[in-house]
Amino acid sequence: MNVVVTGLGTTSPLGGDVASTWEGALAGRSGVRTLENDWEEKYGIPVTFAGQLVVPPSEVLSRPETKRMDPSAQMAIVAAREAWADAGSPEVDPERLGSIVSSGIGGVWTLLTAWDTVKERGASRVLPLTVPMLMPNSPTAYVSLEFKARAGAHAPVSACASGAEAIGMGFEMIQSGRADIVICGGTEAAIHPLPISAFASMQALSKRNDDPAGASRPYDVSRDGFVMGEGSGVVILESEEHAQARGAKVYARLLGLGMTADAHHIAAPEPNGAGQTRAMELALERAGLTTADISHVNAHATSTPVGDMIEARGIRSLLGAHADQVLLSATKSMTGHLLGGAGALESVFTIKALETRTAPPTINVTEPDPELQVDLVRDAPRALPEGQTAAINNSFGFGGHNVALVFGTV
Amino acid sequence: MALSKDEVLAGLAEIVSEETDIDTAEVTLDKSFTDDLDIDSLSMMTIVTLAEEKFDVRIPDEKVKDLVTVDDAVSYITEAQA
Repeated sequence: MNVVVTGLGTTSPLGGDVASTWEGALAGRSGVRTLENDWEEKYGIPVTFAGQLVVPPSEVLSRPETKRMDPSAQMAIVAAREAWADAGSPEVDPERLGSIVSSGIGGVWTLLTAWDTVKERGASRVLPLTVPMLMPNSPTAYVSLEFKARAGAHAPVSACASGAEAIGMGFEMIQSGRADIVICGGTEAAIHPLPISAFASMQALSKRNDDPAGASRPYDVSRDGFVMGEGSGVVILESEEHAQARGAKVYARLLGLGMTADAHHIAAPEPNGAGQTRAMELALERAGLTTADISHVNAHATSTPVGDMIEARGIRSLLGAHADQVLLSATKSMTGHLLGGAGALESVFTIKALETRTAPPTINVTEPDPELQVDLVRDAPRALPEGQTAAINNSFGFGGHNVALVFGTV
Repeated sequence: MALSKDEVLAGLAEIVSEETDIDTAEVTLDKSFTDDLDIDSLSMMTIVTLAEEKFDVRIPDEKVKDLVTVDDAVSYITEAQA
């Protein structure tokens, strides 16, 4: 069964919707800014910047919605509403409609705020909606509720691969015949002192406090860690048959999926990137494509000293000399790392790249790592080839989760 | 200092409005929380928790089921404050 993409939605550090986010990406804008709060003074957080939403959900949702949902679910609902409307608000049997929206961390704001309440004001002050707000399946459950998706609501959790895994599961949900349409994606709202402190404690974050916009610099020799980001990306996956029957606009095809696990270390990637490369191979195989069909890769590339080059070497070894013709983009240079939302937002970028035949730039690369042997799109967007072509979107997560998605032109 | 019944009603109406988007003017003494204002049990528990904090009173869980109308809640809170 062929699977196509018929709707896109996002709220991101580059904009409150797909149009403004894509426009920001093509312009090479950074969505990373200094945090305007007292966390440094109050808690001594060592990192004082992040990729923050341009349009807070409170500006577009009703007051009760913002009170009943954790910020992670609010962002997912904003992105899902855009994607659903973009798909033409399809008429579909609710029992043939699925929801798979993931979060890497879940309702961390709700959980930690409720714990503050217990400590400061006692257990009786904890609000009754705390559990449905903090549970990591809350975003997918709210999406299911809103669009009456009764074929199943799932939330695969695999750290920073969660959003891509959700899209992968949506692909399989349609291919297995369980659904005609699946609302898929990822979301994260973890710009909170605790996750920042914890990621900083493991030396994962860039500490470029004096240059937030220049901090996320995948493949640059002076990269020093990832930049936290927040937001959500949602794609509407649909069986080609269903999309054709209703005359839907089709952005791209989802052709292949590869998922592997490193089984190597709880946080560090396997040094040779074998699991990552195998995910890309499996995705190509499932898509029935060869490496020559690939013209673009949206890399996981988070701007960490070790991770970026493991992935880049894997891409080179998979594609061989053809890597010289493949345009590599690392969009986290502009958005920061949306953790569980990353794979979904980057799928939106990959799909837009194929639709518009334009690979977005990778900003802040002043001196590329000398080992990099893939054609990196720097500073300005570049054109993808005409005719049938395909692109890979990679996402990897702490725990050794590797997900590769292959999208193709219509 | 104990608040008057009107003051409690105004404060409670604000809480209900924040949680449900119902206009404060709609929250009148004769309204039933479930039948007229369409407030489900979890939202009712949220309103009770926020009211306890706002009016500095204790509303026992077993008492909540007796608070059928807005008047029931306002009267209970007014008396509990006294």
